[in-house]
Amino acid sequence: MVDELLFFMEVLVGGLLAGTMYSLVALGFVLIFKASATFNFSQGAMVFFSVLAFCGFMQDFNIPFVLAFILAALLMVVVGLCTERLVLRPLMNASEDTVLMATIGLGYVLEGLAQAAWGVEVRRLDLGIGDFPVPWIADNLKLFISALDITAGLVAALMIIGLFLLFKYTKIGLGLRAVADDAGAASSIGIPLKHIMLLVWSAAGVVALVAGCMWGARAGVQFALVDLALKALPVLIIGGFSSIPGAIIGGLIIGAVEKVLEVYIGPFFGGAIEGWAPYVLAIFFLLYRPEGLFGEKIIRRV
Amino acid sequence: MKPVFMTYTKKDLINLAVCMFLSVLIIPSFITTEYWYTSILIPWLCLALATIGQQIVMGYTGQLALGAAGFMAAGAFAMFNLILRVPDLGFVGSLIVSGLIAAAFGILFGLPSLKVRGIYLMVATLASQFFIIWMIDKFGWFKNYDSSGIITAQDIVILGKPFTTPLAMYFVCLAVTTVLTLLAMNMARGSTGRNWMAVRDMDIAAESMGVSLLRTKVQAFAISAFYCGVAGALFAFCYLKSLEPVAFDIKLSFKILFMCILGGLGTINGAFIGAAFILLFPVLLNAIGNNVFHGAIDATIISSIEQVIFGGLMIVFMIYEPLGMAKLWENLKQKLSLKLQSSNVKNLKSSLSKKS
Repeated sequence: MVDELLFFMEVLVGGLLAGTMYSLVALGFVLIFKASATFNFSQGAMVFFSVLAFCGFMQDFNIPFVLAFILAALLMVVVGLCTERLVLRPLMNASEDTVLMATIGLGYVLEGLAQAAWGVEVRRLDLGIGDFPVPWIADNLKLFISALDITAGLVAALMIIGLFLLFKYTKIGLGLRAVADDAGAASSIGIPLKHIMLLVWSAAGVVALVAGCMWGARAGVQFALVDLALKALPVLIIGGFSSIPGAIIGGLIIGAVEKVLEVYIGPFFGGAIEGWAPYVLAIFFLLYRPEGLFGEKIIRRV
Repeated sequence: MKPVFMTYTKKDLINLAVCMFLSVLIIPSFITTEYWYTSILIPWLCLALATIGQQIVMGYTGQLALGAAGFMAAGAFAMFNLILRVPDLGFVGSLIVSGLIAAAFGILFGLPSLKVRGIYLMVATLASQFFIIWMIDKFGWFKNYDSSGIITAQDIVILGKPFTTPLAMYFVCLAVTTVLTLLAMNMARGSTGRNWMAVRDMDIAAESMGVSLLRTKVQAFAISAFYCGVAGALFAFCYLKSLEPVAFDIKLSFKILFMCILGGLGTINGAFIGAAFILLFPVLLNAIGNNVFHGAIDATIISSIEQVIFGGLMIVFMIYEPLGMAKLWENLKQKLSLKLQSSNVKNLKSSLSKKS
């Protein structure tokens, strides 16, 4: 009995920590949605692009770790700048579906550019943190939890606290929220829209880079990251598109539910149900609570 | 324009006649290489059919869906099982029933569209994509307990006659595509299509005018999935000649989405233009890579460049012409006819002035 409970705890904790990885991807998405009410479908491609650039700088040019990270972050700022100039500004007054489709195109561009520049083979990313159980926890609590999962959890927590403080207490954060609420009104009282957009896209790019590092260290830096990042979408639906805490809670729910289902129910169906379980869970949320757990209620005026 | 035959105008009939003349007489008599049939014409027809399905739900009804490949997989494997287990149904019967099976999935996964729209709906339809592929992959019955993962498709036999040569398969695809395209055009022009477009343009207004949202949306999803299912069955039986779930992954869904958007949302001819572009462009790019650079550029780089160009085009079209290539074509035709008209007027004027 105790063993079973321990095993369940292990599955649950593993799932929760894996869920923080989804949260990290979802976070970039929420940032952009909060500031510009744009669904950025290319967030997954940004994850792939940024971490592949990071690996490319490190492995092809032998640039040291920290410098490569900074370079990759700068590259993401450039990507943000180009996106703002070339995609978002011309589509300022377009409907949200049009912008969404344009970001799908942007995702394609980023994926293609990354592969053209740095090749298609799987790259290994070594962060110096092993993806194996921490001995201290395994000995004392008898839970096998990967060090990488714990690191991802910590990084996610730090980023959330940082972003929360930024949104809540700084002038920039206030500007961001104003722009999200009504871009026209915000710009008419003198909030520089362009700067805000650039800032948000750069921040989302850096968040993508961090998420990509965590994913890359686990699964290798490869194209499959884009598909994994698609799972951030159900996370967002459960948590709500405009809520940073929602992204985290949504990620935790998805991570835990998919692991528990996979371990306990999966064997009856031949496994691999984690491929679709998050989406079906998202459908149930959509049917009963379309705005998600923490999202603002969707009101459409006639 | 006055209708000449039933509700069709003279222009419609001429268009149909020209298309039929080109596809039935000109193409078979001038194109003799198998390559054109097996790698371009047949997949073009199949994918154009799937894109019409995507058009119905996305272009006409305005519901952002991203699960076309899932419905195609459902249709393809339904076809395989029907031919295997119910041989009496025949090819055409199986094709229709497999379309209906795909339509059932379409209804099931289209239900969330009643509550949500935009990206929310996209996520819900992604569920159908992943679920259908997983289901086929994990339950051996669908694959007739074949362990190799790739099943060879049965030969096409219609009324006791085998259709196995590329040309014969092309005619099978052509016939099915023609019938379904005509049907789709009729639906789009009739009350069904008007309801779809009313829901697309403003669902609340449509509802208050008495259009049932439930009926219209579910109908659009069902018909869309029917088209995708039939297209998937043809795709597997005429083009791939094998069945494997991997062939219908999310990438194919994205491809069909691109065909739909680049071709032109809310147009039937856009489906054909978009499918042709997405299919032919990589061929062209490869040819340039091979002939101009003599293979100096790696094939993976060419496919990456192709991806960049598709994505870039998507952005450009969204900014400058959200209605896609079909609209460009329309504009071109309009400009030409205007030019013709103005030159006619000039001629008339000059002849009049000469007289006086």
